[in-house]
Amino acid sequence: MTPLVAYGAYLPRHRLKRSEIGAVLGGGGGKGTRAVAGYDEDPTSMAVEAGRSVLAACGGDVSVQRLLYATASPPYLDKTNANTIHAALRLDPAALAVDMVGSVRSGVGALLVGAEAAVPTLVTLADIRTGLPGGADERDGGDAAAAFVFAPEGPALAELVAHASATEEFLDRWRLPGAPASRVWEERFGEHAYLPLADAAFAAALKQAGLTPAEVDVLAVAGTHGRAVKAFAGSAGVKRVADDLSSTVGNTGTAHPGLLLARVLDEAEPGQTVVLVVLADGATAMVFRVGEAISTYRRATTVDAQVALGDDSLRYTDFLTWRGQLAKEPPRRPDPVGPAAPPSLRSVRYKYGFVGHRCEECGTVHLPAVRVCVNCKATDRMVEVPMADRLGTVATFTIDHLAFSPSPPVINVVVDFDGGGRFSCELTDADPGQVAIGDRVEMTFRRIVTAGGIHNYFWKARPVGAGASDGARPVAAAAREEA
Amino acid sequence: MASRGIRDRVAIVGMGCTNFGEHWDQGVDDMLIRSTGDAMASAGVTRDDIDAYWLGTMGSGTSGLTLSRVLRLEHKPVTRLENMCATGSEALRNACYAVASGAFDMAMAVGVEKLKDSGFSGLVSAPLPGDGTLPEVTAPAKFSLLAPAYAKRYGVDEAELKEVLTRIAWKNHYNGARNSRAQFRKEVSKETIAKATPIAGMLGVFDCSGVSDGSAAAIVVRAEDAHRYTDQPIYVKGLSFVAGPAKGNIDPGYDFTTFPEVVAAARDAYSQAGVEDPRAELAMAEVHDCFTPTELVLMEDLGFAERGFGWKEVLAGTYDLDGELPVNPDGGLKAFGHPIGASGLRMMFECWLQLRGEAPEERRIASLERGRKLALTHNLGGQPGECVSFVSVVGTEPAE
Repeated sequence: MTPLVAYGAYLPRHRLKRSEIGAVLGGGGGKGTRAVAGYDEDPTSMAVEAGRSVLAACGGDVSVQRLLYATASPPYLDKTNANTIHAALRLDPAALAVDMVGSVRSGVGALLVGAEAAVPTLVTLADIRTGLPGGADERDGGDAAAAFVFAPEGPALAELVAHASATEEFLDRWRLPGAPASRVWEERFGEHAYLPLADAAFAAALKQAGLTPAEVDVLAVAGTHGRAVKAFAGSAGVKRVADDLSSTVGNTGTAHPGLLLARVLDEAEPGQTVVLVVLADGATAMVFRVGEAISTYRRATTVDAQVALGDDSLRYTDFLTWRGQLAKEPPRRPDPVGPAAPPSLRSVRYKYGFVGHRCEECGTVHLPAVRVCVNCKATDRMVEVPMADRLGTVATFTIDHLAFSPSPPVINVVVDFDGGGRFSCELTDADPGQVAIGDRVEMTFRRIVTAGGIHNYFWKARPVGAGASDGARPVAAAAREEA
Repeated sequence: MASRGIRDRVAIVGMGCTNFGEHWDQGVDDMLIRSTGDAMASAGVTRDDIDAYWLGTMGSGTSGLTLSRVLRLEHKPVTRLENMCATGSEALRNACYAVASGAFDMAMAVGVEKLKDSGFSGLVSAPLPGDGTLPEVTAPAKFSLLAPAYAKRYGVDEAELKEVLTRIAWKNHYNGARNSRAQFRKEVSKETIAKATPIAGMLGVFDCSGVSDGSAAAIVVRAEDAHRYTDQPIYVKGLSFVAGPAKGNIDPGYDFTTFPEVVAAARDAYSQAGVEDPRAELAMAEVHDCFTPTELVLMEDLGFAERGFGWKEVLAGTYDLDGELPVNPDGGLKAFGHPIGASGLRMMFECWLQLRGEAPEERRIASLERGRKLALTHNLGGQPGECVSFVSVVGTEPAE
């Protein structure tokens, strides 16, 4: 099948300590942390971040012709969310971009389609998981994204050698459109329904691959039913079961198979056999053989490193506000206005791709992408210059206590980019008390606001090293783009 | 090609200015009737004598009908214009040019703004449809960028700079306490100013100008006709208005310690007026103190202090009522309030009062006794790195 040539994951910076839930609601809560998408993130913006990291790892050697985007919590219905990712990643206009959304099983489905694709395919999986306050979904869920590139030419980091599925119609977990939380049937029923399906898919896949459970080097199990996942993993008869990240990240739903696979690949060695089993309205088992290329793969930050970068200072009440479950008194200001469609299309390369202009006459870099040079006044002598992967330095900044934000105060920075160009924007994933002139920052794709029923996606700055990237990665990517 | 100006060709012969503040009981119409009525009364003319009108308002009305409907003007030219916070000054500039051109004998400039009917705090403007990429930054946050940049460039300790900003707010409140038309008419202690609720960066609530309603008006005639209407006309010496290239947020060369637009407008206005050393020649200045760091930087951009020394002059009291060059003797935007379209003409109103010796005793500037006869008004609209700016020079002496 089609070799896997790049993979990566994105974990948001914030972690909620489960004990914080108990501290506010009284009792309960639990141990460990869960990953929390920032107030300015959604599954689509996180999928962009994961996608950026895998494309950087590909180093421009792969021209993606298909983009698949799987999430159970799509920001838009009817409109294709994958197009936002396509635009932000500046993919080939001829590439097909499609959503596989609405249910957790979409994730493993997208992976399978990618692994069998005849053209270079980018698979993105992302989810924001929560439930009603005090519930198990809120406590045990997590937010993350993962991305994978499959390309016929290789070289293979891993190759899917066998897969099998078992499908059954039953009611374990469901949500009506627009409902704030999912509902689940009695827990023991789900375990009853899932285990035979998991056993069947696992056995069939191993049979196809000609393997016994004992020959599996690592088994990763993801699924919507925690108890069934644990029970199956315990009974599979393999040497090693990968950590399911439940104590640090939580169950990231559609993204979780990707997140676990990425983490296993972070430590995999050539020749190993890795099996991914996903329990979501049925079961699917995927058997991967790790390739030689894994030993020289230029990773962005590993999953474990991103887990370690988590900031667990988030208050539970802020978490509730960010997820729309605790409405705070708004400032006495007009409601924000959403972006208009025609200007957004006119500036699509800048707005989504963060492509600026450089004057061919004098070299001045412009953000936004304007037509008349501020320096030499030449008109229409601009060439495009991708800025998303450039690093910059904080020229000056201010802390705005007046501006509305779900996470006040707002930090505004003026960024001077390496290689030219200045841009003013919000600094996110940062502590207002720690910002200083001269700080190094990188760009990150965010959902700025949702207003008038429209999500406004654009770019912000964040401190280098705050999350998924490692600083060195964007520089290398930018250098390639320049060349 | 040159900016030649209209030095001493027109004169202001009547002015009116409402109280500024939260006028819950007055609409735009009420304020326009008051300011234009007072201006006509002070010149001893009626609306039939006035040939053309320029109405400045940022958002309290559109078209000349906003004024003609209120005053029931019979088929007179009324131009409504807007140029952000310089709107009132733009109304005056255009009225002056109209008279200087010979097209009209008498013109009125009037500015008005009704900010307190919106129900929101701060300024509210109708956003244009856009692509959603412009950052939503509040005005105090934009102007607060000046303070750390200034401190860094001139090696001023940030605590010391805070003292400077506090003194600017304190001075303008001191002056406003002596002005019956001002929005805030109480002195505020330096301690209260310094400890106020933080708004943005180093700025507290007392570092910000007042949001208010108000209107002001001026009547302009040819200089040679001025004495028909008043014994003490104010002659227009220089008028400059510039719009910048808006490059400060694109060009890494901009360091947030100056408004190049102000420097350009001041140079032009001084050249028209024949002013060589503003600090030594001006009796007073009304400047656009939207936030305290703005006033600090303006002292240098307008040539009232050497670069990097403005903060020392502030601390030395140079710009106090009894200082060498009083700045904002009426309390400024800080204490008088800032109804956008009216502010430029409100500044001119203070020049009108002070130069004619009509300002109340308790806020009369000392510099007049030293024989100074010129005053300056200044506006800017926008933000550091991207603004419009206006500078005028007026005086009591006609052409030599």
